[in-house]
Amino acid sequence: MEFFRIRRDIPFMRHALVLNAVSVITFVLAVFFLLHRGLHLSVEFTGGTVMEVNYTQSPDLESVRKAVAGLGFQDVQVQNFGTARDVMIRLPAQKGVSSAQQSERVMATLGADKAAGATLRRVEFVGPQVGEELATDGLKALAVVVAGIMIYLAFRFEWKFAVATVLANLHDVVIILGFFAFFQWEFSLAVLAAVLAVLGYSVNESVVIFDRVRETFRRQRKMDTEAVINHAITSTISRTIITHGSTQMMVLSMFFFGGATLHYFSLALTIGILFGIYSSCFVAAAIAMWLGVKREDLVKPQAAKGDAKDPNNGAQV
Amino acid sequence: MNRYPVWKYTILVIVLLVGVLYTLPNFFGEAPAVQVSSAKSAVKVDEAVRERVAQAVKAAGLNADAVTLDGSSVRARFENTDEQLKARDAVQRALIPDANDAPYVVALNLLSRSPAWLTKLGAVPMYLGLDLRGGVHFMLQVDMNAALDKKVESYAGDLRGALRDKNIRHGGVSRDGQAVEVRARDAATVTAVKNVIADQFPDLVVSDAGDGESARVVARIKPEAVRKVQDQALKQNITTLHNRINELGVAEPVIQQQGADRIVVQLPGVQDTAKAKDILGRTATLEVRMVDESSEARAAERGAGSVPFGDEKYSDRGGQAVVVKKQVILTGENLTDAQPGFENQTQQPTVNLTLDAKGSRIFRDITRDNIGKRMAIVLFEKGKGEVVTAPVIRSEIGGGRVQISGSMSTTEANDTALLLRAGSLAAPMEIIEERTIGPSLGAENISRGFHSVAWGLAAIAVFMCIYYALFGVISTIALLVNVMLLVAILSMLQATLTLPGIAAMALALGVAIDSNVLINERIREELRNGASPQAAIAAGYDRAWATILDSNVTTLIAGLALLAFGSGPVRGFAVVHCIGILTSMFSAVFFSRGLVNLWYGRRKKLKSVAIGTVWRPGADEASRAVAK
Repeated sequence: MEFFRIRRDIPFMRHALVLNAVSVITFVLAVFFLLHRGLHLSVEFTGGTVMEVNYTQSPDLESVRKAVAGLGFQDVQVQNFGTARDVMIRLPAQKGVSSAQQSERVMATLGADKAAGATLRRVEFVGPQVGEELATDGLKALAVVVAGIMIYLAFRFEWKFAVATVLANLHDVVIILGFFAFFQWEFSLAVLAAVLAVLGYSVNESVVIFDRVRETFRRQRKMDTEAVINHAITSTISRTIITHGSTQMMVLSMFFFGGATLHYFSLALTIGILFGIYSSCFVAAAIAMWLGVKREDLVKPQAAKGDAKDPNNGAQV
Repeated sequence: MNRYPVWKYTILVIVLLVGVLYTLPNFFGEAPAVQVSSAKSAVKVDEAVRERVAQAVKAAGLNADAVTLDGSSVRARFENTDEQLKARDAVQRALIPDANDAPYVVALNLLSRSPAWLTKLGAVPMYLGLDLRGGVHFMLQVDMNAALDKKVESYAGDLRGALRDKNIRHGGVSRDGQAVEVRARDAATVTAVKNVIADQFPDLVVSDAGDGESARVVARIKPEAVRKVQDQALKQNITTLHNRINELGVAEPVIQQQGADRIVVQLPGVQDTAKAKDILGRTATLEVRMVDESSEARAAERGAGSVPFGDEKYSDRGGQAVVVKKQVILTGENLTDAQPGFENQTQQPTVNLTLDAKGSRIFRDITRDNIGKRMAIVLFEKGKGEVVTAPVIRSEIGGGRVQISGSMSTTEANDTALLLRAGSLAAPMEIIEERTIGPSLGAENISRGFHSVAWGLAAIAVFMCIYYALFGVISTIALLVNVMLLVAILSMLQATLTLPGIAAMALALGVAIDSNVLINERIREELRNGASPQAAIAAGYDRAWATILDSNVTTLIAGLALLAFGSGPVRGFAVVHCIGILTSMFSAVFFSRGLVNLWYGRRKKLKSVAIGTVWRPGADEASRAVAK
């Protein structure tokens, strides 16, 4: 089997300008939604109590909501998740009231209706100070990842590639966050892990393409930068699609079989994978092109000396 | 060109064997077991207890698979839950004569069913996180400021005593926040106070001292001493928690320090949060009371009369009754430390107590008025009191440093010090995070996690085998080896597997296939450009290696950052993620090359390789030309 029968290099960079404009618009939209709507942060970040209650028969959410609100809690969220019989209740953190008291009071009320058969499956209480720490730790992790990757790429390739890669990948991350803000999906610790994993993973993509760019520069002395980039993307496109296809299969498997906990995790990864392909082909490569990557940047003098296996090594006229 | 030397194959075989060995324990599942652990800090579980448990089980006509002594508990494994329940009753009857005063906790537990020889090799299954087995998780924050306040308070008392001993007149010693403040009348006093602090209090540093009429000396605890105080407070709180949690009879509690001032407690299998919290928060208390020396009390001690009014009868550790007054002189709150030591002159083992300022004042008064009488130190655990020691007061004791000596052995002194420390918390704690996961939810999470990995893996395997033919099969085998090595390393590290960890495993496999795709695509490309099969294989692996290295290192950077800054689920994710990257580099490059070399390497005249269709633009046009 062979999916990709490409005769000539595909002129990816011809449309770079249009696509970059699209990228910028998407990016700005994502930032807008992030600022405007904000992330629907999970209890791990905000502090508060989350209860997962299982009923023998699907309950009327409105009456559950009323019952909980009747206890004097403010801003209570009651929603189904997973199945119609599973209800998730979120209570904001209250000063002076311990989580145990909160959950016990709620369960006492919900359990009073014996016919409904409510059982507590999970309680989670997180203090606000832990939440604050998690948020700052998340930002620190992001900063360290970005810095680490830039240093490594600048060392292995060239600073222009490092800048291009990091910009392209931050673009991915911001767009994922934009999706979470737009749809108000719950942003939990698992999603944070997914976002940071996407950062590493999507850099992977750019590295594979840049690796090819460097190699093509060395081999094809007559091509200009645009042609080299086109050639590099074309010759790795089969690998790019197959790899992402495989990873996506894994992620889909998590999406369908992983249950509620892995739902948003796999969703974040899916968006990350799709934008990862796009950004490494069009954004990273295009930025590198705009930054003016040249043959001399990548083919270092000692590399020009050629390898020892070459019989013409060192020959001069 | 495609042959591995023997040593490379040897490495491969050894790695595979080790991988299999350490993955195995995860497949045996768990057997019902009975666990016996100590219920009191004074009772030790040792080989003798193991022997008694084994005998009790045998006497009941039951057949235990294994009775082992494991750290501080004895565990007996059984075939089924039926035998387990019977055995628990038998062991309980044999070891606990009085249910109200149980020296041991006999609890039901699940133990790995893996054979003993595997366990002896150190091959044990992965530890399942609470989200996979159900239970309660607490995070406790220790109030370090309170611990420091307490310490400073005791320094203030000590300093007061030291200044009195040296006959230095001062305007008062007080605690001001976390500093000790001494008001002095003149410059000479300031110098004298400074000298005393420099000589006798190595942990204090004078931070600012004024001169003139209202001169003051302000001393603070040195930063390294602060760290020591905090460290000790945390350690003591952990010890105390251990003692309290033992009461719950939880199979494998996790009590860990997290960061500088937090303690994580995980109680697998516990569903009753209220009870768990009650026990975590309970203070085992220590009380100092006077022994009633009246003749009625003496009679009561011998069992010849009733306990006089206003007295209570407790037994000491040897079982001897001691009648003490109800009036409490001091409680554990006033005790800041207890350490075993030796008496200077006689070299007898002693227990050295340190009291805070208030405690030392009371203690001085009491000892002055009661020379020649006995004083009892009573420890209350689970609402039951026990006399730890009841020494005779020889002289007035000031300064808050109390030495208990007597006919003690070194071990006894150690145990007593431990007991005295165990009773109290060094600093108050509060619960700042709490999770409860039902056991059925845990089982569901396991099966969900397992299914997502299994189906994803199957889908990738089918695709790879069809698309890349034999090379796809090799890639699939490499992927399976990757899973095995990942599980083996996680088991070796005794990492805790959580649901995010399983997710990371699935993701790692998705990413791991990338290396194989890179290699296979590269080989196809070489073939397309007209390279000979052998050369194409060699070039494919070599060229892909640089790319694989670069891309994996960048992914690893992200993983390490997650590991460094993450906590809880993010950390669980990161551990698996990082190890997965390392194992995938091994299996995709080194191992799969080994398989390819084994298959193709020895054929001199290799015409073609089974890597699926290799489409050549030239060949396409040639065939069309022929058709014309």
